[in-house]
Amino acid sequence: MLKYILKRILTIIPVVIAVSFIVFFIMDFVPTDPAVTALGDGATEEQLNYYRETHGLNDPLIVRYARYMAGIFRGDLGTSYANQLPVWDLFFDKFPNTLRLALASVVVTVLLSLPLGILAAVKENTWVDTVCSTLSFVGLAMPNFWLGLLLIMLFAVNLHWLPSTGAAGFSSLILPAITCGTGNMAALTRITRSSMLDVLRQDYLRTARSKGQSERTIIFRHAFRNAQIPVVTQIGIQMSTLIGGAVLTERVFAWPGVGAFMVDSIQKSDFEVVTGFVIMLAIFVSLVLLLVDVLYAFLDPRIKAQYSRN
Amino acid sequence: MKKNQDAAISVKENRALEVWRQFRRNKGAMIGLALLIVLVLVAVFADVIWDYENDIIQMQIGNRLAPPSWEHPFGTDNYGRDMLARIGYGTRYSLLIGFVSVLIGTVIGVPIGAISGYVGGKVDNVIMRIVDTFTIIPSLLMTIILVSVLGTNLFNLMIALSISTIPVMTRITRASVMVVRNNDYIESARAIGAPTGLILLKHVLPNCFSPILVQATLRVGSSIISAAGLSYIGLGVPLPTPEWGALLSASKSFIIKAQHMCLFPGLAIMITVMVINLVGDGLRGALDPKLKR
Amino acid sequence: MARWTPSSSDKEEQSVFKHKQNRQRIVQALEEKRASTSNAVFVEHLTVQYVTSKETVAAVNDISFTLPKKRTLGVVGETGAGKTTAMLSLMNMVPDPPGRIVSGDIQVGGLDMRSLSPSELQCVRGQEIAMIFQDPMTSLNPVVTVGEQIAESVLLHQDISKQAAMVQAKAMLAKVGIDPDRAGEYPHQFSGGMRQRVGIAIALACKPSVLIADEPTSALDVTIQAQILHLMRELKEENGASMILITHDLGVVAELCDDVAVMYAGHIVEYGMLEEVFNHTRHPYTEGLFNSLPNIRNRVALLQPIPGLMPDPSKLPRGCAFAPRCSYATDACREQAPDVHHFSDTHTVACTAYRDASFAIKRRDIE
Repeated sequence: MLKYILKRILTIIPVVIAVSFIVFFIMDFVPTDPAVTALGDGATEEQLNYYRETHGLNDPLIVRYARYMAGIFRGDLGTSYANQLPVWDLFFDKFPNTLRLALASVVVTVLLSLPLGILAAVKENTWVDTVCSTLSFVGLAMPNFWLGLLLIMLFAVNLHWLPSTGAAGFSSLILPAITCGTGNMAALTRITRSSMLDVLRQDYLRTARSKGQSERTIIFRHAFRNAQIPVVTQIGIQMSTLIGGAVLTERVFAWPGVGAFMVDSIQKSDFEVVTGFVIMLAIFVSLVLLLVDVLYAFLDPRIKAQYSRN
Repeated sequence: MKKNQDAAISVKENRALEVWRQFRRNKGAMIGLALLIVLVLVAVFADVIWDYENDIIQMQIGNRLAPPSWEHPFGTDNYGRDMLARIGYGTRYSLLIGFVSVLIGTVIGVPIGAISGYVGGKVDNVIMRIVDTFTIIPSLLMTIILVSVLGTNLFNLMIALSISTIPVMTRITRASVMVVRNNDYIESARAIGAPTGLILLKHVLPNCFSPILVQATLRVGSSIISAAGLSYIGLGVPLPTPEWGALLSASKSFIIKAQHMCLFPGLAIMITVMVINLVGDGLRGALDPKLKR
Repeated sequence: MARWTPSSSDKEEQSVFKHKQNRQRIVQALEEKRASTSNAVFVEHLTVQYVTSKETVAAVNDISFTLPKKRTLGVVGETGAGKTTAMLSLMNMVPDPPGRIVSGDIQVGGLDMRSLSPSELQCVRGQEIAMIFQDPMTSLNPVVTVGEQIAESVLLHQDISKQAAMVQAKAMLAKVGIDPDRAGEYPHQFSGGMRQRVGIAIALACKPSVLIADEPTSALDVTIQAQILHLMRELKEENGASMILITHDLGVVAELCDDVAVMYAGHIVEYGMLEEVFNHTRHPYTEGLFNSLPNIRNRVALLQPIPGLMPDPSKLPRGCAFAPRCSYATDACREQAPDVHHFSDTHTVACTAYRDASFAIKRRDIE
């Protein structure tokens, strides 16, 4: 099992390198000039040229990439052209906010989706199922940034119960978490429902019933435990998407996270920031996916056996 | 020979008819289809219904931020323009972007996925690693980078969204092909010496048709939402195009005074996506005989 | 997904479950109730249907039988004859929807199974009556260890600690021939035969007085079959339990059963003691079943399968369900439901042809 984890951690490295190259390469085509970003609009052509020379901006792509990657392996993520700060510091200034939002969203999603999905499956084809399915259906179609605006409208502007922007304290986390969480909730409810439906048809539930087990225990201990894998997979995917930056939600709520900052950096052609952030995010996302895969082993002993075999 | 071809065509026709009959039974899907047709008509005839210069662009300062009324069922915006006209006209952009980007993504992604799934081995490995790297980069970010590179206009937005659709279509095609590839009739076709391309076209792909079609329909909805999102942060369509996301972006500043500006464009997006998903779900139900309802 | 509508409990039953909190008292009360009746199972006029929006499937049609204590009843028939549905009804476990017990009196250990509430049924299942299922590959929960699955049965019916239950579970494993140290392993780590042994251990963990075995060896190879049947017989005798063995294999019936019920299209067409049904066969369908067996003594004879197929249970014919395939069928057979004839106190046959006193099937009696 441990060997499996180590092997997986090792495969993160080539992925990160590939990702960094792709981003670095494409960023090269962004029309903004990093020198202008660094020196501002008022700089003269002479100053810009000097800047480009001293910062190696005129070198070919491969050279610049190699230099950048050499820095990465030394632990240096580069420096922002826009504000001269180390990318490392910038990342770990913003990332905790993104992480907080991601975790809060996942909690919201899981707390709502799992009961709804299980309920819809157990009461399949009754009005309960129809209501749950309709709710998920509507939730899936709603653009989450619009939901954010509506929530601000209702709770901040009309009712004055919650703040509309900023990241100070717990109350400002609520609306953004609900915004991110709701869209995902629709998808997770669907998956929970469909996974439970598959399991509810299985014979071993009948065996449990014949022992005299109660329906509730059968649903939660026997059925749900077998339905967990697709659910956990989806939670993992959602978590990794949220880490990647819930850009739109961050914009709506002025949440100082990674996503919004990256959008600005892209437009300023601050490629060291963008590449550095993407690398860090790729590492974290890969770790989350690895965590999910490890979790599988604890949920299903057959999968654990597979890992040990390989 | 001709008889066989006729028989083959009539089998296909019968299948299409059977699918349609199943589809018709699904009330939700039929409602969705009807509404979708309405939306498409509005998009196509938008120029006839409204005059672009007068209704959409021309500012009428006297009537700014008016709430919904008989004359302006969705109210007016901060320049006094009729919201109904702007939203109605915006149908063009969303539908166009949604369908075209998915179409391009499918046309490129499906063959790649089919080859990857069918041939397997090293080719499959290489292709999937490339697809994986694009999947790890959050798709919205990827799209933002692409738009920043290409420039902010409708065409580039479609290109960027197409590119982010490709990995999804590749994956789903590959998965279906891998399942179908193991079936016996593929073995028989190979055994009589049919070339790979022919096998793929005539035997493999027609059987993967349904999951690909269903996924494509569902991706239209997410493309529309992504396009709106990008326009919201100013990276989608250029001003003053009345795309729904752009309309929402404009409503930000008036969230206190004119809440109708925020409500209706979002509703338009939501309803359009729901309508498309209804049709998509209906298709899935009609194409898959074993689906649990 | 099963759903039970609670019904009014019989006053007598209520006294058995009066002390629901104290499981020992329930076990005692069940014992007393059982002692007061002479039969382990009593079924009369049981009819079960599956009702969907498209059609109504008549799975079990008005069957009646009695299982005396300590005896084994073999229920024989082809797939789709309604055997499993009938036996699930004994535990009131027919999935509802779409299944429905339309009518019938079902008594197990003296208890009226149809009038018990869900929580009362939970007390009875596993403790009084238990079932061994057909497919060992799918009837065990893949994410729970086998030890825990056996212990679960114990914990449901005894007030003991988890550790004590596990001790009992391990003892059960040993009894069915599995190394008790394997209690912490998962079903996928066992072969089919061993999984079926686990299934037997689960069913017998609380020493039920009625055991239903639904084709317990159909999914296993012949050599394992013999072991499993032998094991079941041993354990059944040890516990003094009664058993209902569902099977399509007449050889297994001959090995293990005291009484036989032959089912066709949801009806019991012939019912009697083993010797009567095998050596004094009366029903044409039963004759057909025997004819379908290859005869080891007569190697050149052709197999004589019964022509045709079992009728669609949603569209049963008007008269005798077997008439379309029966070589002895008369018009009376096709028009009315078959008469029931008694050839002895214990041997009954549902066949209209016996109205004619001189009628006899081709299969000779074996003395």
